[in-house]
Amino acid sequence: MTMLLSLLTIVTDNWWDIRDLSNVSGAVLDIIDDLGGPAWLIYIVSALLGTLAIISFIGGVAIINIWVERRVVGRMQSRLGPNRLGPFGLLQPIADAIKLMQKEVLQPKSAPGLIFTLAPIMFTIPGIAMMAVLPWGRNMSLANVDVGILYILGLSSLGALAVFMAGYSSNNKYALFGSMRVIAMLVSYEIPIVLSLLGIVLFTGTMNPQGIVLFQEHYWSLMILLQPLAFIIYFFSVSAELNRTPADIAEAESEIVGGYHTEYSGMKFGLFYAAELINAVAVSAIISTLFLGGWWAYKLDEIVPGWMIYIGKIYTVYFVFVWTRGTLPRFRIDQLLAFAWKWLTPMALLNIVMVSAEVTIWEESGLSAGIVLPIYMVINTAAAGAIIYAFVRFLAPKFERFPTQLRFYSNIDVPSLPAVAAPPDRAKVSV
Amino acid sequence: MIADNGIVIAFYVLAITTGICALMVAMVRELIQAVVFLALTFVGIAGIYIVLSADFVAVAQVLIYAGAVAVLMTFAVMLTPAADRKNSETAFQLPAAILAGLLFAVVVFVIYDTNWRISGREAFPATAASLGEAFLKPFVVPFEIASVLLLTAMVGAIVLTKEEEDEGADA
Repeated sequence: MTMLLSLLTIVTDNWWDIRDLSNVSGAVLDIIDDLGGPAWLIYIVSALLGTLAIISFIGGVAIINIWVERRVVGRMQSRLGPNRLGPFGLLQPIADAIKLMQKEVLQPKSAPGLIFTLAPIMFTIPGIAMMAVLPWGRNMSLANVDVGILYILGLSSLGALAVFMAGYSSNNKYALFGSMRVIAMLVSYEIPIVLSLLGIVLFTGTMNPQGIVLFQEHYWSLMILLQPLAFIIYFFSVSAELNRTPADIAEAESEIVGGYHTEYSGMKFGLFYAAELINAVAVSAIISTLFLGGWWAYKLDEIVPGWMIYIGKIYTVYFVFVWTRGTLPRFRIDQLLAFAWKWLTPMALLNIVMVSAEVTIWEESGLSAGIVLPIYMVINTAAAGAIIYAFVRFLAPKFERFPTQLRFYSNIDVPSLPAVAAPPDRAKVSV
Repeated sequence: MIADNGIVIAFYVLAITTGICALMVAMVRELIQAVVFLALTFVGIAGIYIVLSADFVAVAQVLIYAGAVAVLMTFAVMLTPAADRKNSETAFQLPAAILAGLLFAVVVFVIYDTNWRISGREAFPATAASLGEAFLKPFVVPFEIASVLLLTAMVGAIVLTKEEEDEGADA
């Protein structure tokens, strides 16, 4: 057994070693260098390799996750889900895609064509571009950007404009109302997202995603243990940002029909549909980078390649997203906005105060990380529980098993109905 | 060589795109399209910042201008009753064009007339950390004053827009 393990831990520099895909690109670049290619060609080829890898991953994910989502939600709701086409219904997403491509793309006559067409494209691009800064392994990062987290936030803020473009250019009141709802939600939830990520940046002292992974590797501790409150806030806010079920107010058949994509059909609608899945995967990737250690997993990353660990973590987080979608009921719009402003934002502010105090104590006392970080983990977990309990205890509406006073219709002045002529007495008529 | 040529090419591509988008903001007849082109202009300017290796400023530009200000402007357009889908012709088109042309001529003249100093040093290193240091160490007082100013503006906006509550009117 030990021999097997020691055999596995030898990571070679040969290009065929699948455990580190960066060897492949390294080998390609070496070949170009040996053939005397100029420096800029190596630069362009490495950029193209990384971009192709990410785009093909995203494309695969957008196809596969339709099936994953429908099957898992079906299982959770005691249904079968798609199971006719191919084994386990695996060919269903391909059939769906072919159907979408064949469909006629309808466009309202009065819709401004340029904006109507641009909106789904602009909605899709940020999710793909977000993946560029995330590290897939120790040597695998397409763009090692120093302000990576700000880059991610900046891209995710572009979604609001795309939603507005879709809603406005549809020239349809349901689309406009739907887009207004979504924008109100996006603008509100931007704040807890930024504040919860600020806690991470404060603690690690870097905005580089690779740097945050390296911090977790260096101190042998996951950020989810160090900052559970930030993780909870980020998870809830981001599931609102993604229009997923606890917060899927973007479309409601009984109120605003399809929301901002009421007028879209064919592949334009398909892009909106795919963008939701792509964004969900991108956000899962961000969570697994910042909170779960990315490609690093204690000793495991010496045996298993980092990109495999990373994909495993992405799908673990994605499963939790699907889980919440399959089980939770939805918020009302006012509840949703109140949840962002009255609960998540103050909690995130408390989290920042806590984290900055901890960073200062760590720096000033000069204690070693081995003592400080376990203490912080215990304190922060306890504090997160206490804060959430306090918020629920003091802010939530009181639960009444037996309401003592009648609400609703007793408080409303119901206008008395106009007098109706009494029906003729049937007994008399029949005689 | 790559550094020089690549950056020059990138700069011209970005500059032309940004210029065209900025021109379209004034040219298109539909207000919402103008806002979209304005957002594109902001993104183009962010690209120029990246060429200048000011990555933090570039990302902040996208986050604040393209993300927040553009959405704010769309709301302003929505809430303006007179914002028609087709802007009507006005009598000020020609004077505005002449004025803009004159202003452009002045700027071009200043650019060509100035004796630009070329600094010999390398590009800045990572800007985010040094910006943070600068904000919280030597420039902490202006930073705090700016934050108080923003808070005042926010409170003022709430006070101005908040209507008098009628007690029990809609209870």
